[in-house]
Amino acid sequence: MSRTLGGRIAVVLIGALIAMIASLGGALAQGTIKIMYTDPLSGPFAQVGDANLKQMQYILDFINAKGGALGRKFELVPFDNKSQPSDALLALKSATDQNMPFIMQCSGSNIAAALIEAVNKHNDRNPDNRIIYLNCGAVATELTNEQCSFWHFRFDANVAMKAEVMVRALPKTTTKVYLLNQDYLFGQSVQRDVKTFLGKVRPDVQVVGDELIPLGKVKDFAPYITKIKASGAQALLTGNWGPDMNLLIKAGIDAGVDLGYYTFYAHLAGGAVAIGPGGDGKVRAVQSFNENIAPEIGNAETEKWTKDFRDKFPFDFYSAGFRTIFEYVQLAVTKAGSMDVTKIAYAMEGLEHKDFLGYDSVMRKDDHQLISEYFVGVFKKGVKYDSEKTGLGWATEATILAKDLMQPTTCKMKRP
Amino acid sequence: MELIIVSLLNGLVYGMLLFMLASGLTLILSMMGVLNFAHASAYMLGAYFAFTISQHIGFWPALILAPVLCGLVGAGIEMFGLRRVHKNGHIAELLFTFGLALIIEKVVQMTWGLIPVPYRVPAGLDFTLFKIYGTNFPAYRAFMLLISALMFGAIWLGLTRTRIGLVIQAALTHPEMVGALGHNVPKVFTGVFAAGTALAGLAGVIGGNYQVTEPAMAFTMGPIVFVVVVFGGLGSLSGCFIASLLMGMIQTFAVVLDYSLADLLKHFDVVVTSTTPFHEVLLVPLSRIGALLPYILLVLILVFRPRGLMGTREA
Repeated sequence: MSRTLGGRIAVVLIGALIAMIASLGGALAQGTIKIMYTDPLSGPFAQVGDANLKQMQYILDFINAKGGALGRKFELVPFDNKSQPSDALLALKSATDQNMPFIMQCSGSNIAAALIEAVNKHNDRNPDNRIIYLNCGAVATELTNEQCSFWHFRFDANVAMKAEVMVRALPKTTTKVYLLNQDYLFGQSVQRDVKTFLGKVRPDVQVVGDELIPLGKVKDFAPYITKIKASGAQALLTGNWGPDMNLLIKAGIDAGVDLGYYTFYAHLAGGAVAIGPGGDGKVRAVQSFNENIAPEIGNAETEKWTKDFRDKFPFDFYSAGFRTIFEYVQLAVTKAGSMDVTKIAYAMEGLEHKDFLGYDSVMRKDDHQLISEYFVGVFKKGVKYDSEKTGLGWATEATILAKDLMQPTTCKMKRP
Repeated sequence: MELIIVSLLNGLVYGMLLFMLASGLTLILSMMGVLNFAHASAYMLGAYFAFTISQHIGFWPALILAPVLCGLVGAGIEMFGLRRVHKNGHIAELLFTFGLALIIEKVVQMTWGLIPVPYRVPAGLDFTLFKIYGTNFPAYRAFMLLISALMFGAIWLGLTRTRIGLVIQAALTHPEMVGALGHNVPKVFTGVFAAGTALAGLAGVIGGNYQVTEPAMAFTMGPIVFVVVVFGGLGSLSGCFIASLLMGMIQTFAVVLDYSLADLLKHFDVVVTSTTPFHEVLLVPLSRIGALLPYILLVLILVFRPRGLMGTREA
């Protein structure tokens, strides 16, 4: 009798166990919302991709702690594309094979162009397995104009927007500028747009030099500095990033040339170390965020959130603006109410949101370009949060609100 | 004039830095026939060692200790790695050093992180030596020139005035004969490899804070050093010296000169317009392809003078 009772208990227990596993399996099958993240995680530009990844993880943990979306958590799946479009397409293949709803990429407009095309094709051919491309930093203006796509959402300001912010930041006394950019889609885009806005906004400014350099190949920038100095330029305008930015500024500061540096990316990883104390007050960057904005505008909550990052990681939280991307994704998925990618894309366009700094932003429906506030930061002493332990950091010199950055677009959006 | 003088100085500094890197490689390549892909990695290690040491006991001890450490690493690599691989031929050696370069890069990334480290010029040398046409010439650059000149002198004296130098010199041109004469060639090899690595380490110590110390520095310096060695010619230190300065000057002046092939054609009364065939290529200014020029020279010299500028053997 006792044996059969024991047997019954065992059966019940096993049954309960099976039921638990089954429900757990159900939960697992529903799983996380996966975002494929592809950027250079090795090679000369690895520092940028790696720093992005760590900042995204931190932000996603925060978003997930706030409940994720549809009761599911977000998960980032990194894929090294070695700065090669072909490898980025492998990442896309891998993402669609696993039915991931999102692919995200930040570095390299040439890669972004290839991705947009591939995503368009894939989504046309596979209506049941579509994917959204979240662009977190490939900023060539074309991508939301001539090349715009319904599946592509850009969360960083495009080159034309950055160029306008940069040109407006030029002081009235500066009348001679030198342009130096990387010789590929993005650099050429900077070169063209900066010149366009100089013509529109500052016709008094003369471009005394206009140079393209091979991407990631130059080891010694001293000759360029000599040339810039000889041209009589008062300001250097550059879209360079990675080692091309760091070595350029370092060479300029070392030579002690009297020059203002107006950059797109001096605030990214390695920039502060390269500039060093010698660059106090000389270098400016157009940026979506710096760690001193929150204390400057008295936003204690965001200040604490960024400070927690600094306590945890040995580098700066310069890409905290990525939080806006994930908040938009969270909002769009919740609004769509399902994981149907087409519905999410429709939910995303035209979405409005007050971002974590308290400013208005909108994912413009016409071209899927995020319009949000933008800042001009100057690298100097005496700020609350310094960069890369240099004792100097970014102070906000100008804040440009979203409504003042509404540039026209030529996009003719095709919707499914 | 201003442009020329400042560019000459720039080219000289860069050329001497190249020479420091290339001299070690020239010794290794000409003597052991090993195309050492990990050579620029030693340069990077030198910079990182110097950064860590200078944080604890200062820059000057680092100037000595970091190259010594690099030398020890080099000796270890030769004794426990290369020597075993050697018997499988040159391809195996090449692949071995190639793998090694990737491993060292990864180890550096894991130890010191991906972002650049704040390795700075020591305070004692962080001032402007003189101003030339309004451009600062930092004292540190003069110091770099001094170190590289001293190094050139030391290697030259060591090779021509000491017994071991004579053996090495003989082994540079007639490696088989030296072995046949009963010298301990493996020991000499270890010594040369260690010395070559130490020289690269020294270049790293003083190049790391001149440029930026980061994990990609080996990758960016690697290819150009090979060009210098092949261009200068195997077994020739002076060839290597001349090639280094030449490459430094070429890269510096290419940037400053805004001429294109179209400008050259103008002298022959050919005006290039947008209808001329190949006008895209003809209108590219020299400055835009400056970084490519050394490799064009590499290809040309391999075709027309395979033994290099002052080489004594075929490459």
